[in-house]
Amino acid sequence: MEIPESVKKRLTLPAEEHFYAGHTACQGCGASLGLRYVLKAYGRKTIVTIPACCSTIIAGAWPYSTLDANLFHTAFETTGAVISGIEAALKAMGYKVKGEDGVMVVGWAGDGGTADIGLQALSGFLERGHDAVYIMYDNEAYMNTGIQRSGSTPYGAWTTNTPGGKRHFLEKRHKKKVIDIVIAHEIPYAATASVAYPEDFIRKLKKAQKIPGPSFIQLFSPCPTGWRSPTDKSIEIARLAVQTAYFPLFEYENGKYRINMPSTKKEPKPIEEFLKYQGRFKYMTKEDIQILQEWVNHEWEKLQKLAATFG
Amino acid sequence: MEYKPIRKVVSGNYAAAYAVKHARVQVVAAYPITPQTSIIEKIAEFIANGETDIQYVPVESEHSAMAATIGASATGARAFTATAAQGLALMHEMLHWASGARLPIVMVDVNRAMAPPWSVWDDQTDSLAQRDTGWMQFYAENNQEVYDGVLMSYKIAETVNVPVMVVESAFILSHTYDVVEMIPQELVDEFLPPRKPLYTLTDFDNPVSVGALATPNDYYEFRYKLAKAHEDAKKVIKDVGKEFGERFGRDYSSMIETGYIDDADFVFMGMGSLMGTVKQAVDLLRDEGYRVGYAKVRWFRPFPKEELEAIAESVKGIAVLDRNFSFGQEGILFNEAKGALYNTGERPLMKDYIVGLGGRDFTVPDVKAIAENMKAIIEKGELDREVEWYHLKR
Repeated sequence: MEIPESVKKRLTLPAEEHFYAGHTACQGCGASLGLRYVLKAYGRKTIVTIPACCSTIIAGAWPYSTLDANLFHTAFETTGAVISGIEAALKAMGYKVKGEDGVMVVGWAGDGGTADIGLQALSGFLERGHDAVYIMYDNEAYMNTGIQRSGSTPYGAWTTNTPGGKRHFLEKRHKKKVIDIVIAHEIPYAATASVAYPEDFIRKLKKAQKIPGPSFIQLFSPCPTGWRSPTDKSIEIARLAVQTAYFPLFEYENGKYRINMPSTKKEPKPIEEFLKYQGRFKYMTKEDIQILQEWVNHEWEKLQKLAATFG
Repeated sequence: MEYKPIRKVVSGNYAAAYAVKHARVQVVAAYPITPQTSIIEKIAEFIANGETDIQYVPVESEHSAMAATIGASATGARAFTATAAQGLALMHEMLHWASGARLPIVMVDVNRAMAPPWSVWDDQTDSLAQRDTGWMQFYAENNQEVYDGVLMSYKIAETVNVPVMVVESAFILSHTYDVVEMIPQELVDEFLPPRKPLYTLTDFDNPVSVGALATPNDYYEFRYKLAKAHEDAKKVIKDVGKEFGERFGRDYSSMIETGYIDDADFVFMGMGSLMGTVKQAVDLLRDEGYRVGYAKVRWFRPFPKEELEAIAESVKGIAVLDRNFSFGQEGILFNEAKGALYNTGERPLMKDYIVGLGGRDFTVPDVKAIAENMKAIIEKGELDREVEWYHLKR
């Protein structure tokens, strides 16, 4: 459908579309929105690498493809390595990589494929300085295999292999701070983003495109199926994750931290606000929620201090 | 341009590195492991000296070495990696990926024994354990064959879109210096033109999706196509081997190299550097009146069934020399060869000699001792035993 010029002028996101309708994501899927935004930002001159994850399925079974861009499916733990190889090949073949008119090499991997099994390949990619963008869409568990915990699963969350029961719940570990691990590599650009704030996400994607070297974006992507949440609440939940400072939006650019709107706005809401629509947290007692709140407070304070000191 | 070889005294690993340079490989992703390391060290040296503009990715593991090589090859570049033993085992998952995605990658594996116990010496079990990954496998007898093997393998791989593993022996070839006849760049370029990929990831107007989910309704045909490509590769291997011989004087038109087959009672059959020892021993044995020959299996995958059948027709016995073992069964080449002959009706007496595991020396006197045993078997018309651990300390 052609969008009238008068409407186009008022759009806050690129009008172009390279992610086809008719894909196979669940209702309310954050990841599918995220991938759509990536292609809006980068267009067709993009090579996307997808390891085993929900997006393997969302992208379509042979011979179909949801993506109007070149797509290479690869094994679970290899995203960082494969995008390194693609970037090296493009350079060997004489292509400009990254930058305004360069080919965009994108790794699009879930939290399991990034925080756990793919962490080594991610580290290698970051440390070697390839011109590519790695996006971790974070739905906080292995959703494609049927909701098993990952290193990125938060404290107290029910998953099928860390269930809640009559006596207690099994997920006693706080969410792994993958972004901190990434920043420890001192890459030029790393950021968090959320599907609830697409303008912010696209701005970060564009920035990642301009800055040479490896870029990393951790994208908060609700999963109604795995989070036991209503499918029409995904964006609200993602917004509350930011507003409660559970998942603050910030950038790390050439050694400097910057907290982004809306995380700069006001005092964070209590963590209960983030938990309220999600069945996965129903096993948590008041005391458990307090433990999570204290972790959020601590991490938020740490980030604010980093931004104040290295802003 | 007339072919005048450039003779260099190099190790097997350096022969591989020169072949990579001469093949105009565009991307190398690799990780160090003994005894492979000097291949990538030499390539890195070429780059540092400006002798090649290969894009070099020093990855953090062999798994990533193969993954990065796959990414590069899928994009459209000519790509290379090398490894050995534990590193090859770590790559295993991605070996399936490379062949399934139909990428003409060439890799050198330096045969090294699997641990534990730790060993860095020659043993073929590492590469043979990758038998079912969909890769073609070429076993080099000497440093010259390492060089020639890499060059021919790119041409073969890029014709049938199946990856090739060029296999050489730890230390016996990898670190031993020998004369290698190298081919002037211009003539290599004539033999091996730039790659014409089956697909690339760089046609931005006609994007592709590679490796997407295939349902039970489609997966089966993908597998058949790979099986067919291996079958088709046999002719390509022979044609390329013949062309190589016509251009450069070393003929590789048969997948099994044979000697004295016509008047031999029995032959030694094996792969890799140990066949150099066998060839020398066979010459000596013939001087002593033994009616013996040899059959050096160059290509283990695709398996040269038809050529083996022709050999089996003309001899009474085959002594298979396996520098490898499949636990719970027998030597791997022995197992393959027996299986290949089962439905042909050609059933020479076949005995499996397990030799040289973990770099145990295998020498001319060993070949002679085995010839003695095999001669007695032929005379008696029956096996003393099917599998013999030849060197075993008793």
